[in-house]
Amino acid sequence: MSEEAIAENTAKMKKVFDSPESLNDQHFSYCPGCHHGVINRLIAEAIDELGIQDTTVGTAPVGCSVFLYKWFDIDVIQPAHGRVSAVATGAKRARPDLTVFAYQGDGDFASIGTNNSTHAANRGENITTFFINNTLYGMTGGEMAPTTLIGQKTTTSPHGRSAKDYGYPIKMSEMLAELDGPTYITRQAVYDPKRIDRAKAAIKKAFRIQMEDEGYSLVEFLSACPINWGMDPAEANDRIKKEVEEVYPLGDIIERG
Amino acid sequence: MEQYSTIVSGFGGQGVILTGKIIARTGMEEGLEVTWLPSYGPEMRGGTANCTAIISSELIGSPVVNEPSSLIALNKPSLDKFGPSVQKDGVIILNSSLIDDFSVVGSRNAVPIPVNEIAKDLGNQKVINMVALGGWSNVTGKLSLSSLKNGMKLILEESGKEKFVGINEKALEKGYEAAKEGVKASSV
Amino acid sequence: MGEKKLMRGNEAIAEAAIRAGCRNYFAYPITPQAELLQWMAEYMPKQENGTFLQAESEIGAISMVYGAASTGERTMTSSSSPGISLKQEGISYLAGSELPAVIVNIMRGGPGLGNIQPAQGDYFQATKGGGHGDYRLIVLAPSTVPEAAELTFEAFNLADEYRNPVILLADGMIGQMMEPVELPSPVDTSDLPTKPWATTGKDGRDANTIRSFAMGAEALKSINQGLQEKYDNIKEAETRYEEVGVDNPDILLVAFGTVARIARSTRRLAGEQGINLGIFRPITLWPFPGNRLAELSKKVDTVLTVEMNFGQMVEDVRLSVDSDINTPFYGEQGGVVPDPSRILQEVKKYV
Repeated sequence: MSEEAIAENTAKMKKVFDSPESLNDQHFSYCPGCHHGVINRLIAEAIDELGIQDTTVGTAPVGCSVFLYKWFDIDVIQPAHGRVSAVATGAKRARPDLTVFAYQGDGDFASIGTNNSTHAANRGENITTFFINNTLYGMTGGEMAPTTLIGQKTTTSPHGRSAKDYGYPIKMSEMLAELDGPTYITRQAVYDPKRIDRAKAAIKKAFRIQMEDEGYSLVEFLSACPINWGMDPAEANDRIKKEVEEVYPLGDIIERG
Repeated sequence: MEQYSTIVSGFGGQGVILTGKIIARTGMEEGLEVTWLPSYGPEMRGGTANCTAIISSELIGSPVVNEPSSLIALNKPSLDKFGPSVQKDGVIILNSSLIDDFSVVGSRNAVPIPVNEIAKDLGNQKVINMVALGGWSNVTGKLSLSSLKNGMKLILEESGKEKFVGINEKALEKGYEAAKEGVKASSV
Repeated sequence: MGEKKLMRGNEAIAEAAIRAGCRNYFAYPITPQAELLQWMAEYMPKQENGTFLQAESEIGAISMVYGAASTGERTMTSSSSPGISLKQEGISYLAGSELPAVIVNIMRGGPGLGNIQPAQGDYFQATKGGGHGDYRLIVLAPSTVPEAAELTFEAFNLADEYRNPVILLADGMIGQMMEPVELPSPVDTSDLPTKPWATTGKDGRDANTIRSFAMGAEALKSINQGLQEKYDNIKEAETRYEEVGVDNPDILLVAFGTVARIARSTRRLAGEQGINLGIFRPITLWPFPGNRLAELSKKVDTVLTVEMNFGQMVEDVRLSVDSDINTPFYGEQGGVVPDPSRILQEVKKYV
């Protein structure tokens, strides 16, 4: 095709896909098939669509999300492992006019930071939490997490997680839903277009709750970690559908007006 | 005035802490240097309570006193605990309603005042501490009755308890008068 | 300066913080600093935009401080020794992220649960680190209640100026005792310097990040070199101390906080016996006023250090003075407060 013809065709084209304003022009360094990138993008799209890029502060700790400040074109605080809910609380209490979100993995939210995350939820802290549940510790080398399924092999449960030694997968969302504090708790997945659409709607709803001063909102994502699961991306998606959802069913868990 | 230290001691609920604060506050209003130091923690929950108030015309170094100039002992354990450490020429105001054996006072100027009976006559058991403090004013001569009334009034007003000012003034007066008799009694 | 009030140390510190423009306070109850928390609970909500929050834990409290300080607002937490141990993670992060914040430690006896009596056993923890990594805190040690109020006020200015956490290191006695205090006049928070580095939403500028993280070795080294330069500047400009009777002393006594005020009583007793006792009191424990101490030590044969621990600051004293000077130590522990006449006995051993 001649250069003129290309230019002519280009002029006729319509832009149907672009990077969100709230993301920097960079490639994510997440592993192939990992869901963090999809979830990051959905959060950025939600921020764009709600028009809150200039007033949003994100908080993300060490772990796979440690470079959140590189991916997002928003102000970001990087706290210690496990402290994200408390740090987000401090920022929000100091500046209630900002929209503050906490981005936490399962080690962070459900293990070392359980005290902080539980009490932020119980206070009905007016923050939005994104809880990425991939059933293990991704960055440090695929160790067992409190969310790891029974029988699941990880680098610290090489013979499979045993309930006798480690109890059962912790259901943070259901547990927090027992409290009177939270306003909205939902569990989502992003392994197919239908679920991606639902997940994005949940993210926007969670942000809106904060913007309307309605209190604590939590979106849990069942997220794939193909590398540490020893699967290819398609198998990992399949595992969420067939195994992980069995323990952690999708859908809204509470919604209070 | 040289540094003058007072330990106030008794059961929790006898108003020990407030009494020390009134000494310090009154001293401050009189333009003196003052410190007030409580005993704190589990000790103050139901057991004995004590605090130390120091008034001085010069800068106060240590707020902790091992040999106080005076002691207000509202119960027997307090007299036994602190009595022997009072300076030899010091003053002990002791609650003779609850203490009958005060052999530990030795040569010190000990002034027994039946503060519970006096407070009962006034119709308010809560003012025993002010009865004792009135006696302390008389015997030590360090802060006048009218200054202490003023210090007490300021503290009660600041904590929203101004309605108790009147009864506490009466208690200070009664204690002051009773100490006059006490001095006579002990010198016989 | 305003009116004179009879206040507990804990209350004076709390009120001075509010007057310094602190509008965010997060803490967890512990003896002997509970009155500080209680004062904040009462009065912080009465300030415009004032936040008081009783945290779920000491770790929660320091993490909330991290979040609030990230937005550039003046922020404080307070605790006592075991609680400060729990806060060390957050303190290291504050230092690494160069966040201004004020941390009050009303020290009690340790190690472990220890007791609730006054002590000075956290000198090492405050001045030498406490958390992980190469960092320094500015450490201010008041010896009276009015000075506790004054230094609290000043702590916020220092924290902002250097973007560094500041520790006010007092003990249970200063926290609990009452003295007359002239409180500083309240600052107008709208007059405080703006903080262009804060995470307040990127509105109209490039995005800001608060972090103590740098993946590359050279990058982290360079961040640390920057910190060290800052610490050198602080050493140069902010070293503080007090001297009493040091013109022609027979012996020099070094003490901080509560012990230094008790030493004033010892000096009086010593004077009655014809001994001129000089007192050197570091007000900044870090930076330690070693240069001035070295100068003064040339006037005497003996520099006696007295602390309510078994010998912590004395190490900095010995690092500061010439090796031919005698540097004995006397300490009390467990909540035993050294008595002026007992200190005099020690003094007389060397005169």
